[in-house]
Amino acid sequence: MQRELIERLNALIGEGVGKRVLGWKRGEFFYDTEPAILAADQLDELVYDSFCGPNLSKYLIQEMPKLGEGEKIIALIKPCDSYSFNQLCTEHRINKDKVYVIGVGCKGKIDVDKIRARGITGITGIDVDGDALTVHTLYGDEQVNRKEVLLNKCLSCKGKEHRVFDEQIGESEETSTGDDRFDMVKKLEAMSAEERFAFWRGELSKCIRCNACRNVCPACSCVKCVFDNPNTGVQNKAAADDFEENLFHIIRAFHVAGRCTDCGECSRVCPQGIPLHLLNRKFISDIDELYGEYQAGEEVGQRHPVINYTQGDCEPSIVHERGSNA
Amino acid sequence: MKMLKLANLGGWLSAINETQRVYLPIEAADQVNYGVWTPDSVVRLDALRTVKSAKDAFFPQVENMMNFKTEGKNVSVEMIDPKVENFVVLGVRACDAKSFEILDRVFLSDPYDPFYAARREHSTVVTLACGRPDENCFCVNFGIDPADPKGDATMWIVDDTIYLRASTEKGEALVKDLEDADTAPVEAQQAKTREICEKLPFGKLNLKGFDGDHLMEKFNNPKWAELSRACLGCGTCTFVCPTCQCYDIRDFDTGNGVQRYRCWDSCMYSDFTLMAHGTNRPTQVERFRQRFMHKLVYFPSNNEGMYSCVGCGRCLAKCPQNLNIVKVIKALGGDEA
Amino acid sequence: MRTDNLIPMIGVVTEIRRDTPDIKTFRVEKPEGGKCFEHMPGQCAMLSIPGVGEAMFSITSSPTVKDYQEFSIKKCGCLTDWLHAMEVGQQIMIRGPYGKHFPVEDALKGKDLLFIAGGVGLAPLHSVINYVLDNRADYGKVDIVYGSRSKDDLLDIDEIQSSWMDPKNNMDVHLTIDRPQEGWDGHVAFVPTYVEELGFDPNKTVLVCGPPIMIKFVLQALTKLGFQKHQVYTTMELRMKCGLGKCGRCNIGDKYVCKDGPVFRFDELDELPSEY
Repeated sequence: MQRELIERLNALIGEGVGKRVLGWKRGEFFYDTEPAILAADQLDELVYDSFCGPNLSKYLIQEMPKLGEGEKIIALIKPCDSYSFNQLCTEHRINKDKVYVIGVGCKGKIDVDKIRARGITGITGIDVDGDALTVHTLYGDEQVNRKEVLLNKCLSCKGKEHRVFDEQIGESEETSTGDDRFDMVKKLEAMSAEERFAFWRGELSKCIRCNACRNVCPACSCVKCVFDNPNTGVQNKAAADDFEENLFHIIRAFHVAGRCTDCGECSRVCPQGIPLHLLNRKFISDIDELYGEYQAGEEVGQRHPVINYTQGDCEPSIVHERGSNA
Repeated sequence: MKMLKLANLGGWLSAINETQRVYLPIEAADQVNYGVWTPDSVVRLDALRTVKSAKDAFFPQVENMMNFKTEGKNVSVEMIDPKVENFVVLGVRACDAKSFEILDRVFLSDPYDPFYAARREHSTVVTLACGRPDENCFCVNFGIDPADPKGDATMWIVDDTIYLRASTEKGEALVKDLEDADTAPVEAQQAKTREICEKLPFGKLNLKGFDGDHLMEKFNNPKWAELSRACLGCGTCTFVCPTCQCYDIRDFDTGNGVQRYRCWDSCMYSDFTLMAHGTNRPTQVERFRQRFMHKLVYFPSNNEGMYSCVGCGRCLAKCPQNLNIVKVIKALGGDEA
Repeated sequence: MRTDNLIPMIGVVTEIRRDTPDIKTFRVEKPEGGKCFEHMPGQCAMLSIPGVGEAMFSITSSPTVKDYQEFSIKKCGCLTDWLHAMEVGQQIMIRGPYGKHFPVEDALKGKDLLFIAGGVGLAPLHSVINYVLDNRADYGKVDIVYGSRSKDDLLDIDEIQSSWMDPKNNMDVHLTIDRPQEGWDGHVAFVPTYVEELGFDPNKTVLVCGPPIMIKFVLQALTKLGFQKHQVYTTMELRMKCGLGKCGRCNIGDKYVCKDGPVFRFDELDELPSEY
């Protein structure tokens, strides 16, 4: 598929559709792909394989001002990334007219850390044959089933459909496990307040305030984040009191509520493995329950329930009551 | 050489803990980080890389330096005594052990840092040899032997046994009551580790040209723009790095006085050099370049060629977008000098 | 070896003067009276207000002043807003001195000196000028070119007129403002242009401070007049937190501005990346 993709990109650039491509390029290993903007003469560096997990939509924001009148950038967008793309269009951070979207097929992306977690370290190569992975290491070869080492976000796959595209290349495959993505949210809701507090303290106390979650998040597109503004009094790289990390994450979850597409990048990038997406999923589950099912980024121009009044909205007293019980 | 059955580690730690705290790799909420040992701790000496490095032991992410009280126009200062009790840092890999040497150059050079100095003075460092380096390890480029780390004492874990060698009086005090052991198993493990080191994918990086003599050439290399393009500007690489030591000094109003504290900072952040009239590193290209230039060119230029990188591989493993120092070395090293 | 490196002492503000609409000069002494510490011209100190912040400021007064130190500070951010709002008697935190000073004891001795300043850039040079005045016999002719946006923005104008404009003492001051203004019959031009017009003898040693853009063009003007880079000194301003060359903010190339600077000679700056 990679060869087909590169050929098509060359043709598109030849036809003058765009000059540059937002995609992934090969890193030092076969598994460490890096988001990249490639010109026509760099297309041989382009890679599209089972390791292209990063969501590229947010990179388009910084490309917008660089594009001249009528000029387009060609972007490779996976089915799940297309939701973030649409959401950013809705928020006027990306102008769809300036992007030629190639919907690239996706059969789930591999999380190399999950392979490492099985004690398979010193990985020097992986051969992919359908679902059978042969992992080459400094200490010999190992066999792994691809399905068992997919990124967590792939386990609640949004499906094969690209919500936006100018053309599609490659086959997609739904990779959900079939489990309810709100299972863990329900578990947390069922806990006593003390247990839940202990769970989040345990997780959030690992936070090192590196801000990777915020910086990767397609919904966190403020030009200047409130936490970077010294005039607010809440700016903190590392908190004086370690309770402040908790506030940072909770405030961030509030800030992206209704706009979060559940892309899972926050948890993917967290160096400390904090399941940050659970905070967002709690909001999504509440929105679904109080205002009816809603998926951010399904269409451009959606007004999300938190900012959209309808006569059918539940009464504020119900929201309030739920908030005090939950 | 002394020895201790792995199964008896808890007993030994407990004995040490009677007189001093032990700081070692502990698993909590699925992640392994350095923490203070208690009998309930899940000790993970087998973890090759803790998420954060061992530098917290001497240079914690946040520390209070002093407290202020203000009353009308008057200010009073309450000093925080940097005196600390003796403690042990245990399970430090060769790379992190080397990072202490680098941090010493910064914090113990005149004018020295009293907070860091007090912790260094009261610590005993027990290192742990690596038996299973992984593909991200490249410490060997910096003259580090992962099979024989330096420290007050050194441990090797072979099968179910911990072998220990003391190198200083402080180290001797910890191991003196343990059983004597034969060195053969350790030597066998060292030979195997060194054999793997020969095969490491980043075992032979070309560092030629990374020195003060090529400062301007490296700085002006046009490749920085491309190298930094995917950089999110988060601080992950700096916060997991054992040698990054930039810090901020900030005030926190507790509502009952003001705490002046020091916390880690990152040259990757947009406000790092921001002043009222603007910033001298306006885009991520300059910020990204600063981090690597500092480690590979500026620091060695001021420290007889000592790089401010120990090849621990944390930035390789943790960068959300797979940027790292190895890519920089490969792109700008060798013939590019 | 100093052990109290990051620890400030208490200073009392004993006098506040408004110099221009946005610059005030603050006199600081120990609570029991007397100078907080000794310094040399061009060195800096960290001033802080607990709960507001801490920042590096150049010491404006000459070391020859025995009883106090002064700081001329422009209002331009959180901390400086606070400093501008305070009243006499306020206690603040102060630590220092930091950095390398102008080489008043060696390289500048016996030389004809040309001071070039723009706006609040006069503050660090003020210390040197008064030091030279108090040790007048050690230095040759002194010329001062000083410019500002308007006549109201000229710092220390009373002092300039009463003690610096003194041809009998072999001192000349050349004032200029950026745009014509009612009530100003002096020169109107940007500082670099004025320097070129004045056409100084290129054997002088130059000390320049002002906005980065002014420094850039002053250097071009000086080059045209035949000055060499090793004759020109400047002092730099970067964000600083520690003052000890450790916190990393003011690192440029293999130098730390707080420790290896802030005073640099232009030929030294040529060896550094242009990140300032």
